[in-house]
Order: sequence, then C-alpha cells, then structure tokens
Amino acid sequence: MTNAAVRIQPASPTKTPGLSGKKKGKGLRSPYPSWFYIPAAVLYLIFFALPTFSSFYFSLTRWTLFSQTFIGFGNYVQFFETPALTQGFVNTLIYGFVTSAAKVVLGLALALLLTGATFGRGYLRAVVFFPVLVSTVGVGLTFKALLDPFHGVVNNVLGFFNLPQPGWYTDPHLALLTVAGVDIWKGVGIATLIFMAGIVAIPSEYFEAARVDGASSWNVFRNITLPLVRPATATVIILSLIGGLRSFDLIWAMTNGGPGFSSDVIASVIYKQYQAGFFGLSTAGNVILFIVVTGIMLPVQWFLNRREAEL
Amino acid sequence: MNRSPMRRALVAVASVAAATLALAGCSGFGGGGSSGDSNAKTTISWLTQNDAPTVAMAKAMISGFEKKYPNVTVKLDTQPAGTQGDNLMKTKLSTKTMDNVFYYNSGSLFQALNPKTTMVDLSNESWVKNLDKNFKQVVSADGKVYGAPLGTTSAGAMLYNKKIYDKLGLKIPTTWAEFIANSQKIKSGDPSVTPILQSYGDTWTSQLLVLGDFANINKQDPNWATDYTNNTGDAKYVNQPAFEGFQHTSEIVADGLVNKDYASMTNAQAMDALATGKAAQYPMLTGSMSTVKQDNPSNMNDIGVFAIPSPDAQYTSLTMWEPNAVYIANTTTGDKLAASKNFVAFVNSPEGCKVQNTTGSAAGPFATSACSLPSDAPSFISDIQSYLKDDKASPALEFLSPIKGPNLETILIGVGSQSTTPQVGAQQYDQDVKAQAQQLGIKGW
Repeated sequence: MTNAAVRIQPASPTKTPGLSGKKKGKGLRSPYPSWFYIPAAVLYLIFFALPTFSSFYFSLTRWTLFSQTFIGFGNYVQFFETPALTQGFVNTLIYGFVTSAAKVVLGLALALLLTGATFGRGYLRAVVFFPVLVSTVGVGLTFKALLDPFHGVVNNVLGFFNLPQPGWYTDPHLALLTVAGVDIWKGVGIATLIFMAGIVAIPSEYFEAARVDGASSWNVFRNITLPLVRPATATVIILSLIGGLRSFDLIWAMTNGGPGFSSDVIASVIYKQYQAGFFGLSTAGNVILFIVVTGIMLPVQWFLNRREAEL
Repeated sequence: MNRSPMRRALVAVASVAAATLALAGCSGFGGGGSSGDSNAKTTISWLTQNDAPTVAMAKAMISGFEKKYPNVTVKLDTQPAGTQGDNLMKTKLSTKTMDNVFYYNSGSLFQALNPKTTMVDLSNESWVKNLDKNFKQVVSADGKVYGAPLGTTSAGAMLYNKKIYDKLGLKIPTTWAEFIANSQKIKSGDPSVTPILQSYGDTWTSQLLVLGDFANINKQDPNWATDYTNNTGDAKYVNQPAFEGFQHTSEIVADGLVNKDYASMTNAQAMDALATGKAAQYPMLTGSMSTVKQDNPSNMNDIGVFAIPSPDAQYTSLTMWEPNAVYIANTTTGDKLAASKNFVAFVNSPEGCKVQNTTGSAAGPFATSACSLPSDAPSFISDIQSYLKDDKASPALEFLSPIKGPNLETILIGVGSQSTTPQVGAQQYDQDVKAQAQQLGIKGW
C-alpha cells in the first residue's frame, strides 16, 4: 500500500489540483489516485478482457466441455461450410436493413404526427412507446399466437372478409419478413422518441420565417425539418442497424430460425452450434460476426458523422 | 426528515437480501458426504426431466423407495430435455455439481457424456444380468455397464388408425409404393380424413421418416452403421439406401397427402387427430402413445403400428429405440453411493417395475427381464412384438453409432416444406454429420 500513499500526494490540497496548466507537460495526469481505478480495472479484466482474448484462443480449438484440442483455423473453415450459412448472412443483411429503414421512415412520420397539435397527444405518445417496454420474448410469443396460420386472430379476421390467409411464420418465403414486421412494431417507439427530440430541438424561428415566406407544409418538411433532424436520423440508423444485424431474441422466440433455415440469421446459426455442443466452432462464428458487424458499422458511422460535421 | 424511514427500509431490504445470498451460498456447499452414524438419514438427489409424465413417475418411484428404505430421503430435481438439457448435463458433470443419480438417454447421447470419467461403474450390480443384450450395449463403455433402464423400449414406426383401415379394407403395406397407394385411397375415400400426418410445430417430429427408416437400411446393408461411423464406403445420406428417407419426407408433402396445417401442427394435436379418426397414419415414436392414454384413453386400441415400409418388401423392418436409463455420478461417495446404488436397483426391482407400469405408459417391451408388461397392455405393443419375434427389427442408428448430426430436424423441415430439394438436404446433413464426427474426435474424419 506504500505505492498508493505516494500516488495520493498529487491530489493533496497543498499542490495545484490535477488539470492546471503546469501539469500539462507531464501528460494528462488524472485527478484520481491510481488505486481508485483498481476495482474497475479488475472487473474489466476478469469479465471483459479475459473472456474476449480467451474466446480468440478457443475459436482455434475443438472444445468439448471435457477437453480441448488445438486445430488452428479448422473451425473457421468449417463455419463457412455450415449448411445454409450464406442464407443466414443474406437474411441478417435483409433483416438489418429492412428494420432499420422502416424504423427511420415510420419513426419520422410518427414523430411529425406526435409533435404536431394532435388530439390526445400524450396518450398517443405513450401508446407508441409502450411496445418498447415489453419483453421481447413475450412480444414474440404473443405474435406467434396472434399470427397462427389456422387458429390465430389475424387469419380468422382475414378469413371473415374472404381475404387470403398467409402462413405468416410457417411459409418459408414470408417468415423472415413477418419477424421483421414485429421487430419494427416493437422498436419504432425508440426511433419516434429520438426523432421527436430532434424535431422539438429545431428553433421555431425557422418555421415562422418559412410560413412568412409562404412555404407549403411539404417545403417546410423537405427544407427545414428533414435537414435539421439529420443528427437524430444518424442516431436512429446506427442504433437500429446494429440492433438488426445482431438481432436474435425475437427470431428465436417466433421461428427458431425456421421453417428449415429460412429465417436463420448469423446469431441464430451460432446459437444452434452452441446448443449442439460445438463450442469451438460457435466461438469462431462469434469472432466472424464481430468482424462483420464492425466492418459494416464503421463505414456507416464514419459516413453519417462526416455529413453531420459538414452541416 | 421523511427520508430516514425510507433509508432504514432500504437498509433492511439490503440486509435481508445479503442474508439470503449468504444462505444460498451455504446450501451450495452443503452437498459433501457426511458419513458415520449409520442410523442417520442419508439424502440423495435425483435429476430427471421436467415433463409432466416423467415427473409423475419419478414422484411415485421416490415414495415407493422411501417406504422400502426409510433412512434415505430422495430429493427430486428436474431440467428440460433436448439440446438445452444435453448442455446442462455436460456442464454439471464437468463442474462436479451433478446430482447423485440422474436420468438420461442411452446410446450416442450417453457416450457423449464421457462415462468413463464421469460415472460410477455398475457392472457388478445384481440387476445387470437381467438386461436385454441390445440395451446392455447402449449403456456400456469399454465393456463396463453404467446404467439401468427406466421406461420401456419404443418403436419409430407408422402409427395408423385401425378403424379407417378396416372401413376402407386396406392391408398393412410392406412396400413404400403400397403405402402411397393406401394413402391415395384414404384421400379419395373420404376427403375429410388426412392420409398422413406431419407436425412441424414440434420440430423433432420431422425426423421419423429418416430415423425410422434405419432398420430397412440395416437389413439391406448390415455394415452400414460401421461404415457410416468410420467414414468408409458409400454410407452417406446422399447415396441410396439412406437417401430414401429424404425422398419420402419430401414426396408425401409434394403429393398432397399430408394435413394442410403440417407446418404448425404439434405432436399432441397430431396424436389427437389420429386417435379420433381425423387422420389415418402418422410416422411417430410409440412413446407418443402416452398422449393418447392421457387425452383419448378410450381410443388406445384403435391405433396400430407397422414398420415404415422400404421400397423393397424384403427389407421392411421395424426401428427400435432403447429406453433412457438412470446413472450415478462419480462424485457420489460413502453412504450416498450405497443409497444411490440401492435406488438404481429399486428401479429394476419388482416394486419399481410396478411403479413403471402403473404411472408410466408402455411404448413397447421392457429392456430388462426383471419387468414385464401388465396384462391390459394396449394392443399396439403386440404389433411391435410380432416384428421382434420374426427378427424384423433393428435398433435405431443412434444406438449403433455415436454420430448424429444436430441439424437433422431443421434440414428435414426444409425438405418437407419444399424449400430444399431432398438431394440438397441430404448433402447438408452429410456435412452436419461430418461436423459432429470431428467434434467427437472420431478417427477417419
């Protein structure tokens, strides 16, 4: 503990506190003593750094819970040979981009509606946000019951009006889009909230000036609201795209990736490998997922932030 | 001022929580063997599966055992079956936190638990001599026996409604072509009756036409399982005869012979439709007859069993599943070990067999001569016994080879719902088998 005692000294009241001009030469000395960081550093090492690096190692092994054998890049080769992996990748991209785009469009529309002078605004805001508060698995199972192709409420109503009754999550061509639809319903509340904050933050002078100039509602939206909510749009895109690319819970609750592999995304492919006891293989899959998500998100974030800076 | 009661309440809640945690921590370490005083009560724990029929039988078994051994208390633990249960099993065994006695599959899943290093060798127990030779093999590793059967054998076969067969004057098919012809007759005879049931709402049920076809493959090529395990010869699912199961799974849907809600129907709904005559045939494990016993007991004897037909009548034979077994974890020592051995023996004793017959639902003959079926056993069991008597039966592949690909049910749903061709499905499954074989470290892969 002598070490700690020595380090405490710079923060003692007789000396100039941490961030004064003189101290800059020594680099950014923190106002806190080093031991102050130890608990957080230990937790970080044990729960984040260690698992991350050991997962890189285990992705190179064939690992049962009883033993492990080092096999080099064998797992990576095998992961790319997994049945329907390509479909999983394509589905992940479709799911990520469809949900993200729909949340931007619907979220902005709802935000415009709910920031305007609408009857029952507070109530409607609460209703739009409510699905966000509900458990994802609960939402998945509820919609599974509602959308049941033969006994579900939705198809019974459609049947009453003699409309076609699709197999929402049992038709291989429709299953992924059905889940994406439920995801949008559940997640649009967050997007709406962010857009509402963005719209409210636009100074009202712009709108007043535009009205005086005789601008139509469309012009106001096109030339004032849309450009000035750009930061909100960027946030919504990034959040929903990351969420969409690594989504798993809703898909698993509704279809388990099925029927067949038709609504599998990378995360559910990996989960199934864990279930099968292929621990090394699925760890390799997670490393690949990490690289893919980073590879997509870095350019997107860079692009959106650059445009924001130009404004 | 009004904050301090609130704070006091918070402190109280926090300290209660802390005390609870501490207690929970203690109980986690309380499992150590306490030996000494022979009059003291011994407590052993038994882990079984959490479905209602299994739990009901487990409770009856425990109360019977505790009556016979008043000094022993058995604590019942449950966990889900299926892949989640498989991983829980492996985790508990490898972290030495397994219950004293546990109930689990025999065959390839038993082998995956690494019995040599995790279980107690029971070869010298008195009940071993009664075991059926096929069963003994599927609970043994390196010649040592590790488990005693709980439950009966069952068949993976075509369950059919005898009333519908009688009404239309149909004969039991011995070839796949005859089976399809029967199904067409059922369809044209009464359009409201479903010729063949499929129930992808419970995904595992999609596998029956492949797994239940194994006896036919084995009859045609007795070395198939060995070649398949060692990665030699043509023993792949893309090649005949194994490919026929994939073809059949696709064919019955493509020909419009299945129920229109096949993609969402569950196993229990399908058993109900079969028992009540809304459907005629269902490829299924006879273990599912327990659903009929519970939901439609008066229809028990309306259902019969025939082997899933091979394209060639001379190969048509019945695929049999061995029962699950009870095992002892090798973390069990002292009094607890003695009590656990008594418990396992009790399961195969006359009293234990009685419990199995009264609370369980027989799906076929027992795997031990210690138990015998009750006189009022349902009639489908005699259908199974006639195949066994004629030597037209074989254990399922999972009892002859340690390799079973984990994605078979998913792949077959793709094939059945026509989003994948049988050819591609079989290729995908061969790839899946390769992954499993490599994971198990089997030579030749």
